[in-house]
Amino acid sequence: MPVPEFDPPTAATGYSLKQREGEEGELLEISMGPHHPSTHGVFRMDVALEGERVVRLKPVFGYLHRNHEKIAEEVTWLSSMPYTDRLDYFNSMTNNWAYALSVETLAGIEPTERAEYIRVIVAELTRLLNHTCLIGFLVMDMGALGTPLMYAFREREKILDLFEALSGSRMMCNYLRFGGCRCDLPADWLTEMNRFLGEFDRFLDDYEKLLTGNEILQARTQQVGSLPAELAISAGVSGPMLRASGVGYDIRKVDRYGIYDRFDFRVPLGEVGDVYDRYMIRILEMRESLGILRQAARDLPEGPIVNSKARLRGFRPKPGEAYGRIEAPKGELGFYLISDGSPQPYRYRVRPPSLVNLTVLEDMCLGHTVADVVVILGSVDIVLGEVDR
Amino acid sequence: MTEGLHGELQKHGVFTTTLEGIHNWGRRNSVWPLQFGLACCAIEMIATSMARYDLARFGAEVFRPSPRQADLMIVAGTVTKKMAPQVVRLYNQMPEPKYVIAMGACAISGGPFKQGYNVLKGIDRFLPVDVHIPGCPPRPEALLHAFMTLQRQIDRQKLTGDERPRHLRAEAPSEYPVPQFGKKDLTPGKNAAVWSPPVSTRSG
Repeated sequence: MPVPEFDPPTAATGYSLKQREGEEGELLEISMGPHHPSTHGVFRMDVALEGERVVRLKPVFGYLHRNHEKIAEEVTWLSSMPYTDRLDYFNSMTNNWAYALSVETLAGIEPTERAEYIRVIVAELTRLLNHTCLIGFLVMDMGALGTPLMYAFREREKILDLFEALSGSRMMCNYLRFGGCRCDLPADWLTEMNRFLGEFDRFLDDYEKLLTGNEILQARTQQVGSLPAELAISAGVSGPMLRASGVGYDIRKVDRYGIYDRFDFRVPLGEVGDVYDRYMIRILEMRESLGILRQAARDLPEGPIVNSKARLRGFRPKPGEAYGRIEAPKGELGFYLISDGSPQPYRYRVRPPSLVNLTVLEDMCLGHTVADVVVILGSVDIVLGEVDR
Repeated sequence: MTEGLHGELQKHGVFTTTLEGIHNWGRRNSVWPLQFGLACCAIEMIATSMARYDLARFGAEVFRPSPRQADLMIVAGTVTKKMAPQVVRLYNQMPEPKYVIAMGACAISGGPFKQGYNVLKGIDRFLPVDVHIPGCPPRPEALLHAFMTLQRQIDRQKLTGDERPRHLRAEAPSEYPVPQFGKKDLTPGKNAAVWSPPVSTRSG
Protein backbone atom coordinates (compact mmCIF):
# COMPACT_ATOMS: atom_id res chain seq x y z
CA MET A 1 0.00 0.00 0.00
CA PRO A 2 1.69 3.23 -1.09
CA VAL A 3 1.76 5.79 1.64
CA PRO A 4 0.02 8.93 0.42
CA GLU A 5 2.20 11.97 -0.11
CA PHE A 6 0.35 14.02 2.36
CA ASP A 7 1.36 15.31 5.70
CA PRO A 8 -1.74 14.60 7.75
CA PRO A 9 -2.67 17.21 10.30
CA THR A 10 -3.23 15.93 13.79
CA ALA A 11 -6.00 16.85 16.14
CA ALA A 12 -3.46 18.80 18.21
CA THR A 13 -1.98 20.93 15.44
CA GLY A 14 -5.27 21.47 13.68
CA TYR A 15 -5.55 22.14 10.00
CA SER A 16 -4.84 25.15 7.88
CA LEU A 17 -6.92 26.56 5.10
CA LYS A 18 -3.87 27.91 3.32
CA GLN A 19 -3.67 27.02 -0.30
CA ARG A 20 -0.56 25.29 -1.44
CA GLU A 21 1.48 26.72 -4.20
CA GLY A 22 0.38 25.67 -7.62
CA GLU A 23 -2.81 24.14 -6.34
CA GLU A 24 -6.31 25.34 -6.86
CA GLY A 25 -9.46 24.56 -5.03
CA GLU A 26 -10.81 24.93 -1.56
CA LEU A 27 -11.83 22.93 1.42
CA LEU A 28 -15.03 20.96 0.96
CA GLU A 29 -17.25 20.36 3.93
CA ILE A 30 -19.68 17.51 3.73
CA SER A 31 -22.09 16.04 6.22
CA MET A 32 -22.07 12.23 6.28
CA GLY A 33 -25.24 11.10 7.92
CA PRO A 34 -27.50 10.87 9.84
CA HIS A 35 -28.97 9.00 6.90
CA HIS A 36 -26.03 7.22 5.34
CA PRO A 37 -25.86 3.57 4.35
CA SER A 38 -22.64 2.91 6.22
CA THR A 39 -22.83 4.93 9.40
CA HIS A 40 -24.40 1.96 11.20
CA GLY A 41 -27.46 3.84 12.27
CA VAL A 42 -28.13 7.48 12.77
CA PHE A 43 -24.65 8.87 13.26
CA ARG A 44 -23.39 12.01 11.60
CA MET A 45 -19.86 13.09 10.75
CA ASP A 46 -19.14 16.61 9.61
CA VAL A 47 -16.10 16.06 7.44
CA ALA A 48 -13.84 18.67 5.89
CA LEU A 49 -12.00 17.47 2.83
CA GLU A 50 -8.98 18.67 0.94
CA GLY A 51 -9.37 16.90 -2.35
CA GLU A 52 -10.36 13.48 -1.13
CA ARG A 53 -8.35 13.62 2.11
CA VAL A 54 -9.96 14.24 5.44
CA VAL A 55 -8.52 17.23 7.28
CA ARG A 56 -11.16 17.50 9.98
CA LEU A 57 -13.87 15.23 11.27
CA LYS A 58 -16.46 16.16 13.82
CA PRO A 59 -18.82 13.48 15.07
CA VAL A 60 -22.37 14.56 15.86
CA PHE A 61 -24.30 12.33 18.23
CA GLY A 62 -27.72 12.37 19.76
CA TYR A 63 -29.97 11.24 16.94
CA LEU A 64 -30.95 8.19 18.95
CA HIS A 65 -30.94 9.63 22.45
CA ARG A 66 -33.72 7.65 24.08
CA ASN A 67 -33.42 8.82 27.68
CA HIS A 68 -32.38 5.41 28.93
CA GLU A 69 -30.69 6.73 32.07
CA LYS A 70 -33.47 9.14 32.99
CA ILE A 71 -36.16 6.52 32.51
CA ALA A 72 -34.19 4.10 34.67
CA GLU A 73 -34.31 6.54 37.56
CA GLU A 74 -38.08 6.49 37.47
CA VAL A 75 -38.73 2.75 37.32
CA THR A 76 -37.81 -0.01 39.73
CA TRP A 77 -34.45 -1.73 39.68
CA LEU A 78 -35.71 -4.80 37.88
CA SER A 79 -37.72 -2.80 35.34
CA SER A 80 -34.50 -1.44 33.87
CA MET A 81 -33.44 -4.92 32.81
CA PRO A 82 -35.48 -4.91 29.56
CA TYR A 83 -34.21 -1.40 28.81
CA THR A 84 -30.62 -2.61 28.99
CA ASP A 85 -31.47 -5.04 26.18
CA ARG A 86 -31.99 -2.05 23.95
CA LEU A 87 -28.66 -0.38 24.74
CA ASP A 88 -26.53 -2.37 22.38
CA TYR A 89 -29.21 -4.22 20.55
CA PHE A 90 -26.91 -6.85 19.11
CA ASN A 91 -25.79 -8.03 22.53
CA SER A 92 -28.72 -8.03 24.89
CA MET A 93 -27.31 -10.82 27.04
CA THR A 94 -24.05 -9.06 27.90
CA ASN A 95 -25.91 -5.85 28.64
CA ASN A 96 -28.10 -7.79 31.06
CA TRP A 97 -25.03 -9.24 32.67
CA ALA A 98 -23.31 -5.91 33.20
CA TYR A 99 -26.41 -4.51 34.86
CA ALA A 100 -27.04 -7.61 36.94
CA LEU A 101 -23.41 -7.63 38.04
CA SER A 102 -23.59 -4.00 39.15
CA VAL A 103 -26.77 -4.52 41.13
CA GLU A 104 -25.35 -7.68 42.68
CA THR A 105 -22.25 -5.75 43.73
CA LEU A 106 -24.46 -3.05 45.18
CA ALA A 107 -26.81 -5.34 47.06
CA GLY A 108 -24.35 -8.10 47.88
CA ILE A 109 -26.22 -10.92 46.14
CA GLU A 110 -24.34 -14.04 45.08
CA PRO A 111 -25.48 -15.69 41.85
CA THR A 112 -25.81 -19.45 41.91
CA GLU A 113 -23.16 -21.70 40.44
CA ARG A 114 -25.29 -22.97 37.58
CA ALA A 115 -26.43 -19.47 36.70
CA GLU A 116 -22.81 -18.32 36.48
CA TYR A 117 -22.03 -20.99 33.94
CA ILE A 118 -25.13 -20.18 31.91
CA ARG A 119 -24.15 -16.52 31.97
CA VAL A 120 -20.76 -17.34 30.55
CA ILE A 121 -22.36 -19.48 27.86
CA VAL A 122 -24.82 -16.82 26.72
CA ALA A 123 -22.21 -14.07 26.91
CA GLU A 124 -19.77 -15.97 24.73
CA LEU A 125 -22.53 -16.84 22.27
CA THR A 126 -23.28 -13.14 22.14
CA ARG A 127 -19.64 -12.43 21.39
CA LEU A 128 -19.74 -14.83 18.45
CA LEU A 129 -22.92 -13.15 17.24
CA ASN A 130 -21.51 -9.67 17.52
CA HIS A 131 -18.17 -10.35 15.90
CA THR A 132 -19.54 -12.30 12.91
CA CYS A 133 -22.10 -9.62 12.15
CA LEU A 134 -19.56 -6.85 12.65
CA ILE A 135 -17.17 -8.41 10.15
CA GLY A 136 -20.06 -8.84 7.74
CA PHE A 137 -20.91 -5.16 8.01
CA LEU A 138 -17.26 -4.17 7.81
CA VAL A 139 -16.65 -5.91 4.52
CA MET A 140 -19.98 -4.62 3.25
CA ASP A 141 -18.65 -1.13 3.83
CA MET A 142 -15.68 -2.07 1.66
CA GLY A 143 -17.94 -3.04 -1.18
CA ALA A 144 -18.55 -6.76 -0.65
CA LEU A 145 -22.30 -6.25 -0.86
CA GLY A 146 -24.32 -9.06 0.51
CA THR A 147 -22.47 -12.34 0.50
CA PRO A 148 -20.30 -12.17 3.65
CA LEU A 149 -23.12 -10.50 5.53
CA MET A 150 -25.50 -13.22 4.42
CA TYR A 151 -23.14 -15.84 5.82
CA ALA A 152 -22.87 -13.87 9.05
CA PHE A 153 -26.61 -13.54 9.41
CA ARG A 154 -27.06 -17.24 8.72
CA GLU A 155 -24.96 -17.95 11.80
CA ARG A 156 -26.72 -15.19 13.70
CA GLU A 157 -30.06 -16.88 13.08
CA LYS A 158 -28.70 -20.10 14.58
CA ILE A 159 -27.60 -18.28 17.72
CA LEU A 160 -30.89 -16.43 17.92
CA ASP A 161 -32.73 -19.76 17.70
CA LEU A 162 -30.80 -20.85 20.78
CA PHE A 163 -31.62 -17.60 22.55
CA GLU A 164 -35.25 -17.88 21.61
CA ALA A 165 -35.50 -21.40 22.99
CA LEU A 166 -33.88 -20.13 26.17
CA SER A 167 -35.61 -16.82 26.77
CA GLY A 168 -38.59 -16.67 24.45
CA SER A 169 -37.30 -13.72 22.48
CA ARG A 170 -34.93 -13.45 19.56
CA MET A 171 -33.16 -10.20 20.13
CA MET A 172 -34.34 -8.69 23.39
CA CYS A 173 -33.76 -11.59 25.70
CA ASN A 174 -34.27 -9.98 29.14
CA TYR A 175 -32.89 -13.20 30.53
CA LEU A 176 -30.71 -12.40 33.51
CA ARG A 177 -32.00 -11.67 37.00
CA PHE A 178 -30.29 -10.41 40.13
CA GLY A 179 -28.79 -13.53 41.64
CA GLY A 180 -29.17 -15.79 38.63
CA CYS A 181 -31.10 -16.27 35.46
CA ARG A 182 -34.79 -16.20 34.74
CA CYS A 183 -35.35 -19.83 33.79
CA ASP A 184 -33.42 -23.02 33.35
CA LEU A 185 -32.15 -24.44 30.07
CA PRO A 186 -34.79 -26.24 28.02
CA ALA A 187 -34.32 -29.93 27.34
CA ASP A 188 -31.68 -30.73 24.72
CA TRP A 189 -30.49 -27.13 24.65
CA LEU A 190 -26.89 -28.10 25.38
CA THR A 191 -26.94 -30.76 22.68
CA GLU A 192 -28.21 -28.19 20.21
CA MET A 193 -25.53 -25.77 21.30
CA ASN A 194 -22.75 -28.31 20.96
CA ARG A 195 -23.96 -29.11 17.47
CA PHE A 196 -23.93 -25.40 16.68
CA LEU A 197 -20.37 -25.06 17.98
CA GLY A 198 -19.21 -27.73 15.56
CA GLU A 199 -20.91 -25.96 12.69
CA PHE A 200 -19.50 -22.62 13.74
CA ASP A 201 -15.98 -24.00 13.71
CA ARG A 202 -16.38 -24.93 10.08
CA PHE A 203 -18.10 -21.65 9.28
CA LEU A 204 -15.20 -19.71 10.77
CA ASP A 205 -12.74 -21.62 8.61
CA ASP A 206 -14.81 -20.83 5.53
CA TYR A 207 -15.17 -17.20 6.52
CA GLU A 208 -11.44 -16.83 7.01
CA LYS A 209 -10.74 -18.54 3.71
CA LEU A 210 -13.00 -16.00 2.03
CA LEU A 211 -11.69 -12.93 3.76
CA THR A 212 -8.40 -13.10 5.64
CA GLY A 213 -6.11 -13.66 2.66
CA ASN A 214 -8.25 -11.61 0.32
CA GLU A 215 -6.14 -9.10 -1.58
CA ILE A 216 -8.82 -6.43 -1.71
CA LEU A 217 -9.53 -6.69 1.98
CA GLN A 218 -5.84 -6.41 2.80
CA ALA A 219 -5.38 -3.42 0.51
CA ARG A 220 -8.34 -1.65 2.03
CA THR A 221 -7.49 -2.36 5.66
CA GLN A 222 -3.75 -2.65 6.18
CA GLN A 223 -2.10 0.59 7.33
CA VAL A 224 -5.52 2.23 7.42
CA GLY A 225 -6.76 3.93 10.55
CA SER A 226 -3.84 3.05 12.81
CA LEU A 227 -4.37 3.71 16.46
CA PRO A 228 -1.21 3.99 18.58
CA ALA A 229 -1.30 2.22 21.92
CA GLU A 230 -0.58 5.39 23.96
CA LEU A 231 -3.47 7.25 22.39
CA ALA A 232 -5.76 4.28 22.85
CA ILE A 233 -4.93 4.08 26.54
CA SER A 234 -5.21 7.80 27.20
CA ALA A 235 -8.55 7.98 25.39
CA GLY A 236 -9.98 5.16 27.46
CA VAL A 237 -10.51 2.86 24.49
CA SER A 238 -11.34 -0.69 25.50
CA GLY A 239 -12.23 -4.03 24.04
CA PRO A 240 -10.98 -5.45 20.74
CA MET A 241 -9.93 -1.98 19.58
CA LEU A 242 -7.52 -1.60 22.48
CA ARG A 243 -6.15 -5.10 22.10
CA ALA A 244 -5.64 -4.58 18.36
CA SER A 245 -3.26 -1.77 19.32
CA GLY A 246 -1.25 -4.26 21.33
CA VAL A 247 -2.43 -3.57 24.87
CA GLY A 248 -3.24 -6.75 26.73
CA TYR A 249 -6.23 -5.59 28.69
CA ASP A 250 -9.20 -7.90 28.87
CA ILE A 251 -11.57 -7.46 31.81
CA ARG A 252 -12.27 -11.18 31.77
CA LYS A 253 -8.63 -11.59 32.76
CA VAL A 254 -8.20 -8.42 34.82
CA ASP A 255 -11.31 -8.54 36.98
CA ARG A 256 -12.07 -12.23 36.58
CA TYR A 257 -15.70 -11.40 37.18
CA GLY A 258 -18.16 -14.26 37.30
CA ILE A 259 -16.23 -17.48 36.94
CA TYR A 260 -13.85 -16.51 34.16
CA ASP A 261 -10.89 -17.60 36.26
CA ARG A 262 -11.93 -21.21 35.75
CA PHE A 263 -11.56 -21.17 31.99
CA ASP A 264 -8.49 -21.55 29.93
CA PHE A 265 -8.34 -19.01 27.14
CA ARG A 266 -5.88 -16.64 25.55
CA VAL A 267 -6.23 -12.96 24.80
CA PRO A 268 -5.19 -12.22 21.22
CA LEU A 269 -3.23 -9.03 20.65
CA GLY A 270 -2.53 -6.96 17.55
CA GLU A 271 0.68 -5.23 16.57
CA VAL A 272 -0.07 -2.32 14.28
CA GLY A 273 -3.50 -1.29 15.45
CA ASP A 274 -4.91 -0.78 11.97
CA VAL A 275 -8.26 -1.95 10.64
CA TYR A 276 -6.80 -5.29 9.58
CA ASP A 277 -5.61 -5.96 13.11
CA ARG A 278 -9.04 -5.12 14.45
CA TYR A 279 -10.54 -7.56 11.99
CA MET A 280 -8.07 -10.31 12.92
CA ILE A 281 -8.54 -9.76 16.65
CA ARG A 282 -12.22 -10.45 16.28
CA ILE A 283 -11.66 -13.62 14.31
CA LEU A 284 -9.19 -14.87 16.92
CA GLU A 285 -11.48 -13.89 19.78
CA MET A 286 -14.24 -15.94 18.25
CA ARG A 287 -11.97 -18.97 18.23
CA GLU A 288 -11.17 -18.42 21.91
CA SER A 289 -14.86 -17.99 22.68
CA LEU A 290 -15.57 -21.35 21.11
CA GLY A 291 -13.06 -22.85 23.52
CA ILE A 292 -14.69 -21.18 26.52
CA LEU A 293 -18.09 -22.37 25.38
CA ARG A 294 -16.91 -25.96 25.12
CA GLN A 295 -15.37 -25.83 28.60
CA ALA A 296 -18.48 -24.25 30.10
CA ALA A 297 -20.81 -26.74 28.48
CA ARG A 298 -18.62 -29.57 29.77
CA ASP A 299 -18.47 -28.33 33.37
CA LEU A 300 -22.03 -27.03 33.72
CA PRO A 301 -23.18 -28.15 37.17
CA GLU A 302 -26.69 -28.97 38.31
CA GLY A 303 -28.41 -26.80 40.86
CA PRO A 304 -30.80 -23.91 41.34
CA ILE A 305 -30.94 -21.31 38.62
CA VAL A 306 -31.52 -18.30 40.83
CA ASN A 307 -30.40 -17.42 44.34
CA SER A 308 -33.42 -18.05 46.55
CA LYS A 309 -32.42 -15.20 48.85
CA ALA A 310 -32.59 -12.63 46.06
CA ARG A 311 -35.86 -10.75 46.02
CA LEU A 312 -37.52 -9.84 42.79
CA ARG A 313 -40.49 -7.90 44.12
CA GLY A 314 -39.97 -5.04 46.53
CA PHE A 315 -36.25 -5.09 45.87
CA ARG A 316 -34.59 -2.23 47.78
CA PRO A 317 -30.81 -2.33 48.06
CA LYS A 318 -29.19 -0.54 50.97
CA PRO A 319 -27.98 3.02 50.32
CA GLY A 320 -24.62 3.03 48.62
CA GLU A 321 -22.98 3.07 45.26
CA ALA A 322 -21.38 0.48 43.04
CA TYR A 323 -19.70 0.14 39.69
CA GLY A 324 -19.82 -3.15 37.85
CA ARG A 325 -18.16 -3.80 34.54
CA ILE A 326 -17.77 -6.64 32.14
CA GLU A 327 -15.94 -7.31 28.92
CA ALA A 328 -18.79 -6.84 26.47
CA PRO A 329 -18.05 -7.72 22.83
CA LYS A 330 -17.44 -4.05 22.10
CA GLY A 331 -15.36 -3.24 25.17
CA GLU A 332 -15.79 -2.29 28.78
CA LEU A 333 -19.47 -2.01 29.55
CA GLY A 334 -20.09 -0.65 33.02
CA PHE A 335 -22.99 0.50 35.10
CA TYR A 336 -22.51 3.02 37.89
CA LEU A 337 -25.42 2.87 40.28
CA ILE A 338 -26.32 4.89 43.36
CA SER A 339 -29.02 3.66 45.67
CA ASP A 340 -30.78 5.75 48.28
CA GLY A 341 -32.71 2.80 49.64
CA SER A 342 -35.79 3.42 47.54
CA PRO A 343 -37.26 1.03 44.95
CA GLN A 344 -35.67 3.10 42.17
CA PRO A 345 -32.04 3.90 41.53
CA TYR A 346 -31.03 7.38 42.62
CA ARG A 347 -28.48 7.60 39.81
CA TYR A 348 -28.01 5.25 36.96
CA ARG A 349 -25.12 5.78 34.64
CA VAL A 350 -23.97 3.64 31.73
CA ARG A 351 -20.36 3.55 30.63
CA PRO A 352 -20.83 2.57 26.99
CA PRO A 353 -17.82 1.12 25.15
CA SER A 354 -19.05 2.30 21.74
CA LEU A 355 -19.12 5.95 22.71
CA VAL A 356 -15.68 5.96 24.30
CA ASN A 357 -14.17 4.03 21.40
CA LEU A 358 -15.67 6.52 19.02
CA THR A 359 -13.84 9.47 20.56
CA VAL A 360 -10.62 8.58 18.74
CA LEU A 361 -12.34 8.50 15.36
CA GLU A 362 -10.92 11.80 14.18
CA ASP A 363 -7.36 10.84 15.09
CA MET A 364 -7.68 7.64 13.10
CA CYS A 365 -9.30 9.24 10.07
CA LEU A 366 -7.16 12.32 9.48
CA GLY A 367 -5.23 12.09 6.24
CA HIS A 368 -7.24 9.20 4.88
CA THR A 369 -9.76 9.28 2.06
CA VAL A 370 -13.51 9.41 2.53
CA ALA A 371 -13.82 5.79 1.47
CA ASP A 372 -11.42 4.84 4.26
CA VAL A 373 -13.42 6.78 6.83
CA VAL A 374 -16.31 4.43 6.21
CA VAL A 375 -14.07 1.41 6.77
CA ILE A 376 -12.48 2.87 9.90
CA LEU A 377 -15.86 3.67 11.36
CA GLY A 378 -16.97 0.13 10.59
CA SER A 379 -13.97 -1.29 12.43
CA VAL A 380 -14.73 0.74 15.57
CA ASP A 381 -17.89 -1.34 15.96
CA ILE A 382 -20.46 1.13 17.17
CA VAL A 383 -24.10 0.63 17.89
CA LEU A 384 -25.97 3.88 18.15
CA GLY A 385 -28.35 2.63 20.79
CA GLU A 386 -25.35 2.49 23.09
CA VAL A 387 -23.59 5.63 21.88
CA ASP A 388 -26.58 7.91 22.39
CA ARG A 389 -28.52 5.83 24.92
CA MET B 1 -65.32 -10.00 -19.91
CA THR B 2 -66.90 -12.85 -17.96
CA GLU B 3 -64.99 -15.18 -15.71
CA GLY B 4 -65.89 -18.10 -18.04
CA LEU B 5 -64.41 -16.47 -21.11
CA HIS B 6 -61.34 -15.49 -19.14
CA GLY B 7 -60.84 -19.09 -18.07
CA GLU B 8 -61.50 -20.41 -21.56
CA LEU B 9 -58.95 -18.08 -23.11
CA GLN B 10 -56.40 -18.99 -20.49
CA LYS B 11 -56.72 -22.66 -21.46
CA HIS B 12 -55.65 -21.68 -24.94
CA GLY B 13 -52.68 -19.80 -23.71
CA VAL B 14 -54.23 -16.35 -24.01
CA PHE B 15 -53.83 -14.27 -20.91
CA THR B 16 -56.16 -11.36 -20.44
CA THR B 17 -56.06 -8.72 -17.78
CA THR B 18 -57.08 -5.17 -17.16
CA LEU B 19 -54.73 -2.25 -17.41
CA GLU B 20 -55.32 -1.61 -13.73
CA GLY B 21 -54.58 -5.23 -12.90
CA ILE B 22 -51.26 -5.42 -14.68
CA HIS B 23 -50.27 -1.96 -13.48
CA ASN B 24 -50.83 -2.86 -9.87
CA TRP B 25 -49.25 -6.30 -10.34
CA GLY B 26 -46.09 -4.75 -11.66
CA ARG B 27 -45.88 -2.16 -8.95
CA ARG B 28 -46.58 -4.38 -6.01
CA ASN B 29 -43.84 -6.79 -7.02
CA SER B 30 -41.11 -4.22 -7.31
CA VAL B 31 -41.39 -2.12 -4.20
CA TRP B 32 -37.89 -0.92 -3.38
CA PRO B 33 -37.40 0.03 0.26
CA LEU B 34 -35.19 2.82 1.45
CA GLN B 35 -32.08 1.51 3.19
CA PHE B 36 -32.71 3.39 6.34
CA GLY B 37 -32.41 2.07 9.86
CA LEU B 38 -32.95 4.00 13.03
CA ALA B 39 -32.50 1.55 15.90
CA CYS B 40 -32.99 -2.04 17.00
CA CYS B 41 -35.72 -2.80 14.44
CA ALA B 42 -33.27 -2.06 11.63
CA ILE B 43 -31.34 -5.20 12.54
CA GLU B 44 -34.48 -7.27 12.17
CA MET B 45 -35.16 -5.47 8.90
CA ILE B 46 -31.72 -6.53 7.67
CA ALA B 47 -32.39 -10.04 8.93
CA THR B 48 -35.60 -10.07 6.88
CA SER B 49 -33.67 -9.32 3.73
CA MET B 50 -31.16 -12.10 4.45
CA ALA B 51 -31.25 -15.72 3.43
CA ARG B 52 -33.63 -17.22 5.96
CA TYR B 53 -36.54 -14.81 5.54
CA ASP B 54 -35.64 -13.73 2.03
CA LEU B 55 -37.54 -10.56 1.29
CA ALA B 56 -36.48 -11.07 -2.34
CA ARG B 57 -39.43 -13.43 -2.77
CA PHE B 58 -41.64 -10.35 -2.71
CA GLY B 59 -39.53 -8.31 -5.09
CA ALA B 60 -38.28 -5.99 -2.40
CA GLU B 61 -34.67 -7.02 -1.87
CA VAL B 62 -33.29 -3.92 -3.58
CA PHE B 63 -32.60 -1.63 -0.65
CA ARG B 64 -31.73 1.75 -2.07
CA PRO B 65 -29.56 4.13 -0.06
CA SER B 66 -30.96 7.15 -1.89
CA PRO B 67 -34.54 8.26 -1.25
CA ARG B 68 -34.78 9.30 -4.90
CA GLN B 69 -34.77 5.65 -5.94
CA ALA B 70 -36.99 4.24 -3.23
CA ASP B 71 -40.71 3.51 -3.09
CA LEU B 72 -41.12 2.40 0.48
CA MET B 73 -39.87 3.85 3.71
CA ILE B 74 -39.63 1.35 6.54
CA VAL B 75 -39.38 3.48 9.68
CA ALA B 76 -37.46 0.90 11.68
CA GLY B 77 -36.77 2.12 15.18
CA THR B 78 -37.20 4.92 17.64
CA VAL B 79 -37.75 8.32 16.05
CA THR B 80 -36.27 10.91 18.35
CA LYS B 81 -37.13 14.55 18.19
CA LYS B 82 -33.72 15.30 16.78
CA MET B 83 -34.21 12.74 14.02
CA ALA B 84 -37.86 13.44 13.11
CA PRO B 85 -37.11 16.39 10.76
CA GLN B 86 -34.68 14.24 8.82
CA VAL B 87 -37.19 11.40 8.53
CA VAL B 88 -39.83 13.75 7.11
CA ARG B 89 -37.29 15.30 4.78
CA LEU B 90 -36.29 11.88 3.46
CA TYR B 91 -39.95 11.10 2.88
CA ASN B 92 -40.38 14.33 0.97
CA GLN B 93 -37.44 13.43 -1.25
CA MET B 94 -38.96 10.13 -2.30
CA PRO B 95 -40.81 10.14 -5.63
CA GLU B 96 -44.48 9.19 -5.84
CA PRO B 97 -46.00 6.67 -5.41
CA LYS B 98 -44.52 6.10 -1.98
CA TYR B 99 -45.51 4.11 1.06
CA VAL B 100 -44.57 4.01 4.72
CA ILE B 101 -44.38 1.04 7.05
CA ALA B 102 -43.99 1.98 10.71
CA MET B 103 -42.04 -0.94 12.15
CA GLY B 104 -41.98 -1.60 15.85
CA ALA B 105 -43.51 -0.18 18.98
CA CYS B 106 -41.30 2.93 18.97
CA ALA B 107 -42.18 3.95 15.42
CA ILE B 108 -45.91 3.51 15.95
CA SER B 109 -46.24 5.03 19.41
CA GLY B 110 -42.95 5.70 21.16
CA GLY B 111 -42.90 2.19 22.59
CA PRO B 112 -41.00 1.55 25.81
CA PHE B 113 -39.32 4.93 25.52
CA LYS B 114 -42.58 6.83 25.24
CA GLN B 115 -42.12 8.54 28.60
CA GLY B 116 -38.78 9.93 27.50
CA TYR B 117 -38.46 13.62 26.84
CA ASN B 118 -36.72 13.17 23.52
CA VAL B 119 -38.83 10.50 21.85
CA LEU B 120 -41.49 11.15 19.24
CA LYS B 121 -44.70 9.36 20.11
CA GLY B 122 -45.27 7.81 16.74
CA ILE B 123 -44.11 8.78 13.26
CA ASP B 124 -47.76 8.90 12.11
CA ARG B 125 -47.93 12.38 13.61
CA PHE B 126 -45.98 13.63 10.62
CA LEU B 127 -46.31 11.05 7.86
CA PRO B 128 -49.20 9.07 6.39
CA VAL B 129 -48.41 5.52 7.53
CA ASP B 130 -49.82 2.67 5.45
CA VAL B 131 -49.02 -0.30 7.70
CA HIS B 132 -48.22 -0.36 11.41
CA ILE B 133 -46.41 -3.36 12.92
CA PRO B 134 -46.37 -3.75 16.69
CA GLY B 135 -43.58 -5.60 18.46
CA CYS B 136 -40.32 -4.74 20.16
CA PRO B 137 -38.77 -5.56 17.80
CA PRO B 138 -41.24 -7.27 15.45
CA ARG B 139 -40.08 -10.61 14.20
CA PRO B 140 -39.03 -10.80 10.55
CA GLU B 141 -42.22 -12.73 9.88
CA ALA B 142 -44.16 -9.72 11.10
CA LEU B 143 -42.33 -7.49 8.66
CA LEU B 144 -43.10 -9.95 5.87
CA HIS B 145 -46.74 -9.87 6.91
CA ALA B 146 -46.72 -6.10 6.87
CA PHE B 147 -45.18 -6.20 3.45
CA MET B 148 -47.84 -8.56 2.15
CA THR B 149 -50.49 -6.30 3.65
CA LEU B 150 -48.98 -3.40 1.75
CA GLN B 151 -49.01 -5.45 -1.44
CA ARG B 152 -52.70 -6.16 -0.97
CA GLN B 153 -53.30 -2.46 -0.48
CA ILE B 154 -51.46 -1.70 -3.71
CA ASP B 155 -53.48 -4.40 -5.49
CA ARG B 156 -56.73 -2.71 -4.55
CA GLN B 157 -55.77 0.69 -5.87
CA LYS B 158 -57.92 2.21 -8.63
CA LEU B 159 -56.44 4.15 -11.51
CA THR B 160 -59.53 6.28 -12.08
CA GLY B 161 -62.57 7.39 -10.16
CA ASP B 162 -63.07 8.89 -6.77
CA GLU B 163 -61.25 6.13 -4.93
CA ARG B 164 -57.91 6.89 -6.53
CA PRO B 165 -54.99 6.68 -4.15
CA ARG B 166 -53.25 9.74 -2.87
CA HIS B 167 -50.55 9.91 -5.52
CA LEU B 168 -53.08 10.07 -8.37
CA ARG B 169 -55.01 12.98 -6.94
CA ALA B 170 -53.70 16.36 -7.89
CA GLU B 171 -54.93 18.09 -4.76
CA ALA B 172 -53.29 15.63 -2.34
CA PRO B 173 -49.84 16.69 -1.14
CA SER B 174 -46.78 14.64 -1.93
CA GLU B 175 -44.62 16.53 0.52
CA TYR B 176 -45.31 17.21 4.15
CA PRO B 177 -44.09 20.11 6.27
CA VAL B 178 -40.79 19.38 7.97
CA PRO B 179 -40.94 20.07 11.71
CA GLN B 180 -38.19 22.14 13.27
CA PHE B 181 -36.19 20.94 16.25
CA GLY B 182 -36.67 24.00 18.40
CA LYS B 183 -35.47 24.94 21.84
CA LYS B 184 -37.86 22.76 23.77
CA ASP B 185 -39.73 20.57 21.37
CA LEU B 186 -40.59 19.95 17.77
CA THR B 187 -42.58 22.75 16.21
CA PRO B 188 -45.19 21.95 15.14
CA GLY B 189 -45.67 18.91 17.34
CA LYS B 190 -47.89 17.18 14.81
CA ASN B 191 -49.18 17.54 11.28
CA ALA B 192 -52.91 18.09 11.65
CA ALA B 193 -53.51 16.95 8.08
CA VAL B 194 -52.41 13.38 8.82
CA TRP B 195 -52.92 12.97 12.55
CA SER B 196 -55.35 14.09 15.19
CA PRO B 197 -55.46 12.96 18.81
CA PRO B 198 -57.70 9.92 19.25
CA VAL B 199 -61.12 10.66 20.64
CA SER B 200 -62.39 8.08 23.09
CA THR B 201 -66.08 7.36 22.81
CA ARG B 202 -68.26 5.19 25.02
CA SER B 203 -70.69 2.86 23.40
CA GLY B 204 -74.00 1.98 25.01
